[in-house]
Amino acid sequence: MVDLTSNCAGIISPNPFWLASAPPANSGGQVQRAFDAGWGGAVWKTLGTPIQNVSSRFGGLNVGDRRAVGFNNIELITDRPLETNFAEIYDTKKKYPKHAIIVSLMVETKEEWKDIIKRSIDAGADGLELNFGCPHGMCERGMGSAVGQEPSVNSEITSWAKEYSTVPVLVKLTPNVSDIVPHGIAAQRGGADGVSLINTIKSIIGVDIDRFVPVPRVGGQSTNGGYCGAAVRPIALHMVGQLARSPHFDLPISGIGGVTNWRDAVEFILLGSTSVQVCTEVMLKGYRIVEDMIEGLSEYMTTHGFETIDDFVGKAVQGYSEWGDLDLNYETVAKIDADACIGCQLCMVACHDGAHQCIHPDPNGTRVPIVDEDECVGCNLCKIVCPVPDCITMAEVDNGFSPGTWNQHVAGQAKLRPKKGAH
Amino acid sequence: MTKIPEQRSETVFDDFKKAYTHDQALVEANRCLFCNDAPCIRACPTGIDIPQFIRKIATDNVKGSARTIFDANILGMSCARVCPVETLCVGDCVYNEMGVPPIQIGKLQRYSTDVAYEKGWRFFEAGPDSGKSVGLVGAGPASLAAAHELRRAGHACTIYDKRDVVGGLNTTGVAPYKMRADRSAAEVQWILDIGGIEVKTGVAIGETTTWDELRRKHDALFVGVGLGADTLMSLPGADLGGIEGAVAFIERFKLQQIPLEGVKQAVVVGGGNTAIDAVRELIGLGVPKVTMVYRGTEAKMSGYTHEWHAAKQEGALGAWQSQPIAFEGAGGKVTGVRCVRMDDHKEPIAGSEHVIAADLVLLAIGQAKLGDLVAGLSGVQIERGRVVVDEHQATGCEGVWAGGDCANGGKEVVNAAAEGKRAALAIDSWLRGK
Repeated sequence: MVDLTSNCAGIISPNPFWLASAPPANSGGQVQRAFDAGWGGAVWKTLGTPIQNVSSRFGGLNVGDRRAVGFNNIELITDRPLETNFAEIYDTKKKYPKHAIIVSLMVETKEEWKDIIKRSIDAGADGLELNFGCPHGMCERGMGSAVGQEPSVNSEITSWAKEYSTVPVLVKLTPNVSDIVPHGIAAQRGGADGVSLINTIKSIIGVDIDRFVPVPRVGGQSTNGGYCGAAVRPIALHMVGQLARSPHFDLPISGIGGVTNWRDAVEFILLGSTSVQVCTEVMLKGYRIVEDMIEGLSEYMTTHGFETIDDFVGKAVQGYSEWGDLDLNYETVAKIDADACIGCQLCMVACHDGAHQCIHPDPNGTRVPIVDEDECVGCNLCKIVCPVPDCITMAEVDNGFSPGTWNQHVAGQAKLRPKKGAH
Repeated sequence: MTKIPEQRSETVFDDFKKAYTHDQALVEANRCLFCNDAPCIRACPTGIDIPQFIRKIATDNVKGSARTIFDANILGMSCARVCPVETLCVGDCVYNEMGVPPIQIGKLQRYSTDVAYEKGWRFFEAGPDSGKSVGLVGAGPASLAAAHELRRAGHACTIYDKRDVVGGLNTTGVAPYKMRADRSAAEVQWILDIGGIEVKTGVAIGETTTWDELRRKHDALFVGVGLGADTLMSLPGADLGGIEGAVAFIERFKLQQIPLEGVKQAVVVGGGNTAIDAVRELIGLGVPKVTMVYRGTEAKMSGYTHEWHAAKQEGALGAWQSQPIAFEGAGGKVTGVRCVRMDDHKEPIAGSEHVIAADLVLLAIGQAKLGDLVAGLSGVQIERGRVVVDEHQATGCEGVWAGGDCANGGKEVVNAAAEGKRAALAIDSWLRGK
């Protein structure tokens, strides 16, 4: 039996799945329903001086008939009275003592931080998350990503929080920076117990092409919002991985960004996250997605012989290196399973128009294309476009060359195989 | 041209395949893989770029989608309804190879073309006047497709038909649960609206005009006369009332209100698609018991399997390996079909005679080939009743092309459309070379 208990920076939850600070964690009723559904923790929707939201505030990025592959919002922090929020936090924590409640905070002055931290802890918070990430609206008022983008401000406010907090403090980082590492280190310098990332990405989700205004449209105007959802996961994984492998950064990470299911969560854990936060998929599908996440994660851990989350936190970090350290002599070629092939020839047109022109029609006239393995560079494009799972595999080629990287090559220490498809 | 009357027996039929809503079309269109060198295109006699028209539905470029369809096949609206897509494009969808439901190409094509009709979009204009004129004999799909293509090239066109109903079997023969006559008439008008196509009805070769006269009038001729009357059976009792050719019967109920109240049991003789159509239509018209009588086995019948399955679901009965040998009657009206059972070598089995009761018998065992009608054109070759044509639909008589059922022996509307267009392209290049 595997143990899903998560300990992220000292915040203990029965499983690593937390609701991210967002609409699904806006109220006690919601968080309690989420806990009933199986969520291990919840980062309460950011508290601060309650704001007023615009009416139209979400936008979805559809690809074909896939709805909301990406998502953005121009909603701000809580618009509910602080007293109400704290009363509900207290009530929820009392009813669900084993679940983690992390309270997300965003205020301006040191006094305000002191006050809101005290009230949060009094309400029963297991941890705090400093919202240095929100990239819309609040940053115009000098908060959110305006803080997260300035390492010195980040460090300073983090140190205030640490000064006043008796519970673990996570700093939520903004991805709207060119390199995440200095910002993680700034939080570390400020004394943070952990970081959570990514917050949303500055974005315009679309343009109303008939009304000539971006969306979500607020009357005749729109504004940039925070981008999230499945489509941002690659960006989030990169930033989590960057911090996890940095020799100067050693805080626990709560991973956020496009997690839709247990597989996505495992990816975040393997790149260094000890808990995983989810918002968009819950907004699209509801709390009940967690049932599959728990089952899938348990089965995954059993299959791989992992007994605890810590057994595989960061297990893929060692596999993330610089391009110059990749083995240029590693070679694959595409193999098409003729029995599985349905003859759509998408691999062929992709190879011809988008790659190296090495997949050709069968001279015998069948619909199954032929790979010219002497020309195939092993780029994976055919496998990516193939609609049949596992029809195309990328087979390793024994070319007789020992591993050799670019860095070794420029140091005169590696012999590289002849280039393919480069004529 | 005669207007299609409002009161017609065929109007009791609903569409067998329901039209897509916008939302349904979007979902289905988004499933299309956009195959390279797509098998569905190859399976379409008119070579419509199917992945392209479907992609345009998915992006809400419905006008572009319709243009792609009509550019390849001006009869795209009717073909969307009447094509046996299960054996053509849909049958070749690669999803079949994956065990996944194939893309419903016919329904998507119907979506785009219906929107185009509804919105009144027009895509093609007549070309600059070439000064040449082409006569087209027979006003069915082949001639309509040819004439439209010829007009795009600027040639004047005159379509002749001995009937006053235009659209050929698309108007008079298509099963009404696929398309009703008024829809075909609307298509004819849509095609004629390109302008410059004169339609002369009541013109019969050998009666009101001659091939020579038409050849003198026009620079080129296209022969699209289709097939002739139902083949009947010269058996004892064949002159009894209630025995009729299936094609003639279908035309009657499509264009008129016909009384069928007294018909309690009907027999359709034949194993082809016309026979299956007639069976399904009689069931739909309310005949309680309809039996298909075919001399071969169920597996051997030439009609489409998917059509027969639908017929069976609707309650059709089959009498296999049964050969009619006489019609029984009383008071001048048919009461039954006397049949003999056939063995696997199609030999009658002695002592197997029996009577299948019927108060209506439709004969769907073929239609006359009209080769003889065309034989008056010197050089035109006729083979087994069909006009012999080359790969450009040219006959052996210079300046005369042919297409549709009279040349292919009786295929689908889409084949007629393809052949008419192919002939038109050849005619245009021949006229320009003159």
